[in-house]
Amino acid sequence: MGSQGGFYQSKEFLDLVKSIGEARSKAEEDRIVLGEIDTLKRRISDPDIPKRKMKEYIIRLVYVEMLGHDASFGYIHAVKMTHDDSLLVKRTGYLAVTLFLNEDHDLIILIVNTIQKDLKSDNYLVACAALNAVCKLINEETIPAVLPQVVELLAHPKEAVRKKATMALHRFYQKSPSSVSHLVSNFRKRLCDNDPGVMGATLCPLFELITIDVNSYKDLVMSFVSILKQVTERRLPKAYDYHQMPAPFIQIKLLKILALLGSGDKQASENMYTVVGDIFRKCDSSSNIGNAVLYECICCVSSIYPNPKLLESAADAISRFLKSDSHNLKYMGIDALGRLIKISPEIAEQHQLAVIDCLEDPDDTLKRKTFELLYKMTKSTNVEVIVDRMIDYMISINDNHYKTEIASRCVELAEQFAPSNQWFIQTMNKVFAHAGDLVNTKVAHNLMRLIAEGFGEDDDTADSQLRSSAVESYLHILGEPKLPSVFLQVICWVLGEYGTADGRYSASYITGKLCDVAEAYSDDETVKAYAVTALMKIYAIEIAAGRKVDMLPECQSLMEEFLASHSTDLQQRAYELQAVIGLDAHAVESIMPSDASCEDIEVDKALSFLNGYIEDSIEKGAQPYIPESERSGMLNISNFRNQDHHEASSHGLRFEAYELPKQTLQSRIPPASLASTELVPVSEPMYVRESYQTTIVPSASSDAGSTELKLRLDGVQKKWGRQTHSPATSTSSSTSQKTVNGITQVDGSNTSNSRTRETYDSRKQHVEITPEKQKLAASLFGGSSKSEKKPATGHKIPKPSSHVVEKSHARKSSMEIASEKKASFQQPPDLLDFGEPTVKSAAPSVDPFKELEGLLEPTTQFASAENHGSTAAATKSPDMMGLYTETPAGIYDKDDSDILSGLSNPPVTNMFGGTTSTQVAQSSKGPNLKDALEKDALVRQMGVTPSSPNPNLFKDLFG
Amino acid sequence: MIKAVMVMNTQGKTRLAKFYEYLPVEKQQELIRGVFAVLCSRAENVSNFIDAESIFGPDSRLVYKHFATLYFVFVFDSSENELAVLDLIQVFVETLDRCFKNVCELDVVFNYSKVHTILDEMIFGGQVVETSSSEIMKAVEEISKLEAASNAITLIPKSASGWRSR
Repeated sequence: MGSQGGFYQSKEFLDLVKSIGEARSKAEEDRIVLGEIDTLKRRISDPDIPKRKMKEYIIRLVYVEMLGHDASFGYIHAVKMTHDDSLLVKRTGYLAVTLFLNEDHDLIILIVNTIQKDLKSDNYLVACAALNAVCKLINEETIPAVLPQVVELLAHPKEAVRKKATMALHRFYQKSPSSVSHLVSNFRKRLCDNDPGVMGATLCPLFELITIDVNSYKDLVMSFVSILKQVTERRLPKAYDYHQMPAPFIQIKLLKILALLGSGDKQASENMYTVVGDIFRKCDSSSNIGNAVLYECICCVSSIYPNPKLLESAADAISRFLKSDSHNLKYMGIDALGRLIKISPEIAEQHQLAVIDCLEDPDDTLKRKTFELLYKMTKSTNVEVIVDRMIDYMISINDNHYKTEIASRCVELAEQFAPSNQWFIQTMNKVFAHAGDLVNTKVAHNLMRLIAEGFGEDDDTADSQLRSSAVESYLHILGEPKLPSVFLQVICWVLGEYGTADGRYSASYITGKLCDVAEAYSDDETVKAYAVTALMKIYAIEIAAGRKVDMLPECQSLMEEFLASHSTDLQQRAYELQAVIGLDAHAVESIMPSDASCEDIEVDKALSFLNGYIEDSIEKGAQPYIPESERSGMLNISNFRNQDHHEASSHGLRFEAYELPKQTLQSRIPPASLASTELVPVSEPMYVRESYQTTIVPSASSDAGSTELKLRLDGVQKKWGRQTHSPATSTSSSTSQKTVNGITQVDGSNTSNSRTRETYDSRKQHVEITPEKQKLAASLFGGSSKSEKKPATGHKIPKPSSHVVEKSHARKSSMEIASEKKASFQQPPDLLDFGEPTVKSAAPSVDPFKELEGLLEPTTQFASAENHGSTAAATKSPDMMGLYTETPAGIYDKDDSDILSGLSNPPVTNMFGGTTSTQVAQSSKGPNLKDALEKDALVRQMGVTPSSPNPNLFKDLFG
Repeated sequence: MIKAVMVMNTQGKTRLAKFYEYLPVEKQQELIRGVFAVLCSRAENVSNFIDAESIFGPDSRLVYKHFATLYFVFVFDSSENELAVLDLIQVFVETLDRCFKNVCELDVVFNYSKVHTILDEMIFGGQVVETSSSEIMKAVEEISKLEAASNAITLIPKSASGWRSR
């Protein structure tokens, strides 16, 4: 058993593994491992142990560390082993070192020398082992030490070494692109390596380089295409065949690269069409790897400049994936569908039932992928169904990471496509109630702003309706226990602003509710602060309206508590409340105008309203204010402060000399920004946190930077300018970031152990009756399900006039929606639709034809172009020849002539041109008719007759 | 790029763990435990892919395959294709099988360093360098042969061998 490898293992190690295997608890395992560590510690430091024994100890040490125990006492011995002459020992040493150490470990310095030596070794295995270590252990600083040797190895006679040297170079590039930037051309050279293994490995770094900068590699398109062609024609050694596929992994990498190169580049893409089409045809879809290649083809097709024929093949492949029983294939199918619908949105409709099946699948991975797809294909017609589904799923899972993600997606979709205010508020309520602590606080602020600003520009009634519905729903929700803090903040704010606005609820009712909130969540300072401010607003509104305010007893006791609170913030708010209540209506109206949350507040930085007071004082004999820069006696102190300020903001060591005090002074405080600079040094630690003041700090310092002193302080000034800038901005955002971090950390800890319950849930869903599913399909794929039945009635039937009326009506209403939306945000382009998204989706009964026409037009053009091409093939072909000969195609020299003749044979291109044109013509007619018939039958089966459209669909459109 | 390769048995005992970006031992253990917790909650007949972002951070996917008592787990980013990685696991296991003739869990345990050798031939610095099982076998066999030879040489007094290798 297991001894075929020929590696010597002692009985002790065997016993260790066995006893660990038999350990019944983690504690027992730990005890055994600790015992082993003791033994190893004792023995390993023995000066004269035989090498073979030493090797085994190191392996045992690696094993111990793999089990999660500290083995650092033996690192030095592993390092020593790398110095050994015996290959076996050396390799073991390298293995251990690569597993133990990281590139910044202190012991690396002891290895670099050995690596250098070993890279030059005659024995190629030694060089390989060293290269292996290079990848893991060399950092940016040590790259120059080994770079020459690695570059030398790029031309090593052994292909294994060339391969690894290429990868090591790639690793260097990843770690520090600048250190090897002059060597990047080596990757191109290696692409022409005689050994297919080296060529295949080179594709990895090239893929990465091309991802970073596509344009400098456009010249390689033809080389990649010809390599791919050779691979698919089985010109690589048989050893690379895998499950009867010729070198599938290399094909996949090449397709990935072509996808990058062809993206948005028509000319480059045209070169790829033939070979990608070939792969589609040749691929064996019964094996896993065949499907992997197919999937990559779909990705490639959806990335490069679209070609109708290839898109059709891709759609076929996707439908095969989705129809398969294998979950893996379904997953890939859903993913591929998500890519393809960006280009041809209409293919989604054929697969609607498959997609819904995936949505209800017990497999969590598949379900999530499907939600991702739905997210991509959301539009205003199906947003309600999709977001509802997402929220249901969000509630059912415990994985906080994914919950956060799906919550933010719900919010995003709701903000973009919300059909009505009511729905939007309700959706947000659901999201907040179930994932409130996970969503970004920005979302909460957005919601508040939205409620304050309303959707419409000048439709006040709609806005107040929105607000009162929000107030009502919040009052209702407050009855529920344990609401997330962020949500409570929103609730308090809205109740404070609009609680009594529509007159339905009395001030005492709302204040009572707010007091309840503050009491119920007494450990949450922020919520309490929001509640107090809300109370203040309500009282202010009451006072301003001339009504008499009497505080509820519970409110009074709450205020007393807050007045003595440890939180200064709460205290201040409570005192402010007290002060406001004591004022008269006029004063209150001017400090707290009602519904003014959206008004811009202008800050009078110069405090000009105090001018009268100052003049009075001066008349009475007060000293006039002297700007700090003009005060002679205090120079040193203020300068000290300035220094201090700089120190605080730049955390690192400063290497420049301190400049003379006098100069800084003049530059620091230009008399123009008097008021602001005055504030900074005095109360800096407090104000940095508040956003107003932080904005002043950098502006003051940058002002300072732009003054005369340029000549003398050139370098210093630049450095300072930047340093004072960055800390200031970071402090303003740091608090929110911190909380986010805190949350995500919490997320990490309890992510697991939820899957099981959820699978049960989804299984239950799975039993759902089909009609319901159909309905869901109809509402998800809204626009398209309508088009299903249309073609059956015939192309040329004139549309009933009522349709047109309806349509125009729909268009109008949707335009309204669109304009409403525009008020609050910019609508991003809809991925699924061709043109104006809302208009199109609102009139689904007409548009499929437009789409069809749109599709037909380019194809006919294409066909005719192809026809022209075929007549002119003779003139074209020399060009192609030229292209092929120009490419750096020296890759497989012996095959070159073959490819050339095969590729640029005029008859072949001719034939190709001809076939495409006819096939395209067929494709635009044939399958559509057939599809239409099929769909019609399907629709009838479902019991949804064309005359009674899906009620769900139209309710929102017209109602 | 491939971020990590793990082999663990159905009881959650790690049999092989290789991370292509350095992580402290505790973090490695935490990740392995996280992966195992997810793996054992997976039902039969579901896909072999898991969204691993909650464990490994953004842009990470996980593909696993269950053979007898072992889970083979590959973690990688969006530059790889899930189905292809599934087959890469297949290549890895096929190679192990060729190497150990009917590979079982114990082979992996006791030939720890050899399994690492095989893996190193396949994946180098996080990139897939070799996907042909027979090529990997050839390389591994050659290594074993040379190692055995060098081992024999080390039995000769040390000075002689030291002189030889220079």
